[in-house]
Amino acid sequence: MPTNIEMPKLSDTMTEGTLLRWVKKVGDTVAVGDVLAEVETDKATMEMEAFDEGTLSEVYVDEGQTVQVGQKLALLVGDGEAKPNAPASKQSVAQKTSDPEKKTAQTKQTEPTPAAQSQKPAAEQPSESGTRVKASPLARKVAADLGVELEKLPGSGPGGRIVRDDVLSAHENRSPAAPQPTKPVAPTGTPAPVSSQDTQISLSGMRRTIAARLLEAKTTIPHFYLQSEVNAEPLVQLRQQLNAANEAAGLPKFTVNDFILKATAVAASRVPKANASFSGDTIVQYGSVQLACAVAIDDGLVTPVIREAQSKTLSQISAEIKDLATKARSKKLKPEQYQGGTLTVSNLGSYGVDQFFAIINPPQSLIVSVGAILKKPVINAAGAIVPGQTVVLALSCDHRVVDGAIGAEFLAELKRLIETPALMLV
Amino acid sequence: MKYDLVVVGGGPAGYVGAIRAAQLGKRVACVEKERAGGTCLNWGCIPTKSLLRNAELYQLLRHRASDLGFRFDNLGFDWSKIIARSRAVSDKLASGVEFLFKKHKIDYIKATASIPEPGRIACKGADGKEQILEAHSILVATGATSRPMPGLPVNGKNVIDSHYAMIIDPQPKRLLIIGAGAIGVEFAYFFNAFGTEVTLIEMLPNVLPVEDTEISVALEKALTKQGIKIFTNSKVTETVTTTDGVRLTVEGKQKQTLEADCALIAIGVSPLVPAGLSLKLDPKGFIQIDDRYQTNIPGVYAAGDIIGPPWLAHVAMWEAIQAVNGIFSAATPKRLKTFPGCTYCQPQVASVGLTERAAKEKGLKFKVGKFPFMANGKALAAGEPEGFVKLMFAEPYGEIIGAHIIGAEATELIAELGLAINLEATHDELEETIHAHPTLSEAVHEAVGNAYGLAIHI
Repeated sequence: MPTNIEMPKLSDTMTEGTLLRWVKKVGDTVAVGDVLAEVETDKATMEMEAFDEGTLSEVYVDEGQTVQVGQKLALLVGDGEAKPNAPASKQSVAQKTSDPEKKTAQTKQTEPTPAAQSQKPAAEQPSESGTRVKASPLARKVAADLGVELEKLPGSGPGGRIVRDDVLSAHENRSPAAPQPTKPVAPTGTPAPVSSQDTQISLSGMRRTIAARLLEAKTTIPHFYLQSEVNAEPLVQLRQQLNAANEAAGLPKFTVNDFILKATAVAASRVPKANASFSGDTIVQYGSVQLACAVAIDDGLVTPVIREAQSKTLSQISAEIKDLATKARSKKLKPEQYQGGTLTVSNLGSYGVDQFFAIINPPQSLIVSVGAILKKPVINAAGAIVPGQTVVLALSCDHRVVDGAIGAEFLAELKRLIETPALMLV
Repeated sequence: MKYDLVVVGGGPAGYVGAIRAAQLGKRVACVEKERAGGTCLNWGCIPTKSLLRNAELYQLLRHRASDLGFRFDNLGFDWSKIIARSRAVSDKLASGVEFLFKKHKIDYIKATASIPEPGRIACKGADGKEQILEAHSILVATGATSRPMPGLPVNGKNVIDSHYAMIIDPQPKRLLIIGAGAIGVEFAYFFNAFGTEVTLIEMLPNVLPVEDTEISVALEKALTKQGIKIFTNSKVTETVTTTDGVRLTVEGKQKQTLEADCALIAIGVSPLVPAGLSLKLDPKGFIQIDDRYQTNIPGVYAAGDIIGPPWLAHVAMWEAIQAVNGIFSAATPKRLKTFPGCTYCQPQVASVGLTERAAKEKGLKFKVGKFPFMANGKALAAGEPEGFVKLMFAEPYGEIIGAHIIGAEATELIAELGLAINLEATHDELEETIHAHPTLSEAVHEAVGNAYGLAIHI
């Protein structure tokens, strides 16, 4: 049966793709795995491989044309088959097919993933501009190992070739949400004159990114803030019990932050409106919780992401964040380990901070700021002043997505979970 | 009229820098006090290669003619002609550089230059004629000269430097060479090949101290076998010049007195800083530069031997190009990282990248691959089985970090590995590259394989 080849959906955010070049021409025989065309998405240039064999009988889209995901690009006819009587015309292709997932062509990232990396280095592949990515064999191996995308790197080697140092500096400098180095933001005031006693520290790529991203976040996102002082006594007690048991069993101990992460994941799955992003014309409400957690490292911070955090146990979250934080500190995080968070927890409790409001990590809409658990007088149910332990939880919300009521609902849920921590374990 | 660039010095850094600036469409002058081409072309690389060619041919015919099936009843040589050929080669190339100046419309000024102030170059010709040049930028490429030995001044007779060594006539019967760097070793080979009794004295533990120790040890054996006496770890502690020669007291394992017709000083070089501006110098007197090859005085740049080691013509040329590109564009010039080093005795020695010593000092993890020319078909066919290739690959990615070759044509074989390092090639690319059969370069290929247990012929 003749097979339609459609524009595949190659990333979460991809809505359309540009057909850069037809590698196969009408009349060419196509085998499974042959590269049919090069497609440019919002993120990268990909090769589109054939998933079926046959002969390319019709091409509906010209090179350079941008089409919607799911739109028919070409028709593949099997041996001895006639092409259908009414092939899609160029006018009719504008209709979207309903199921882009059921694609007849599979795509391959231009760069091999570390898993796909064999002993042989990748051959040079076409890039966005249609020219080859100029990168040294060593740079390719290091990039594959560290998960750095070569296409977007500037090359400092002979003739603009990407060399190892370019990959290493990109790896070191990439930051939480944005691996792309952005232009530094010039200060608006006049800085104090620099004297010989002062030190001028040149900006690392990470620092530039932090500067640009947070300036953008703080100046373009309409932040508002909520806070609530929460009884931490039950959590402290539960932690003691669990840790006593863990210690006896030779298992690692839980940190307070592990509980906060778990509670945030549960709260976000129960209040999905808070687990969302503003995306221009639409709001994306995420179906799962990709929980980012700010980790301070030597020269900045990163926010590694716990995937599908809503369905992970406390132990899983605890083990995962420990591993991610270690990797973050040794700058071994791969992009998939710090990209794509849907909300963030920032905890300065271990520094003794009472309370603070973090800046939202775009494109997310919510960040939870956690202070230290402090011993202080509280009024108990009987109305008596007794010694207690409390922690201040604060939310910074993007008002375009999260209204006050939604934020309050989320915070109330979070408070309920922390004050009755058994709830987060069931 | 104001020049865009005035280059002071016409050696490898100077003439190459001048030509590159002219290629960029700039108005350029080059001031040279002696002859275009500098030490390299007039008193270094080139004339010595002519002498060494004679030496290797003579040595081959003298010692191996019968192996090769030749018979000479009366093999001899004409010392004066050997020297004359070497000078003729220099003359020819020097006029070639002058032709290149003309071709690129570079004003070539034969004069001694000083830089009284930024932007101005005072020139004094051999005839006493003086002129002032004005320039937006100045490139100092004045180079270096043989470093004098305290207590043993060069007189051109019984105490010579490399300059005199290449025109010495008659041939000395006994020669003491102080310093076993590339220059000392090349002259040791040259004079020994023609029958001079040569003693080579080196303060450090090995000949060619900058090379990989394994290579130095192999060379030491080869040179000793050829009849050169070598004293390493040895210091000259006393020097006496006599009417017909020199007498040196050398302290190494033991103290001894060595006598010869002549002593050749080959203990490195000294900078030749131009007069005028007080340029900032390093403790050894070489000009200090910044990342753009600029000296402490804005608009005054420097490249080549004058900015310090390694004192190599090919490095000087490269630096000059980087400096000039930097002067006339916004691009940041590159600073020296990897460069080949070659010594043209037989067996030849060539290397690029790190020695095993240096890699260990840096704490790198690496694999070593070696292959002897003894197991290479072309080497056997050519009757050159001496020597080996040694390559080093860093772990875990397998990029090549050092290459060391001793043997015939080593200096030609090293280029491939310089390219490999510069392009950050790993063992995979070298392994997958077909090396023609039969060639000496197959030994390079097999050394790659040897590092990863894949060599076929060993």
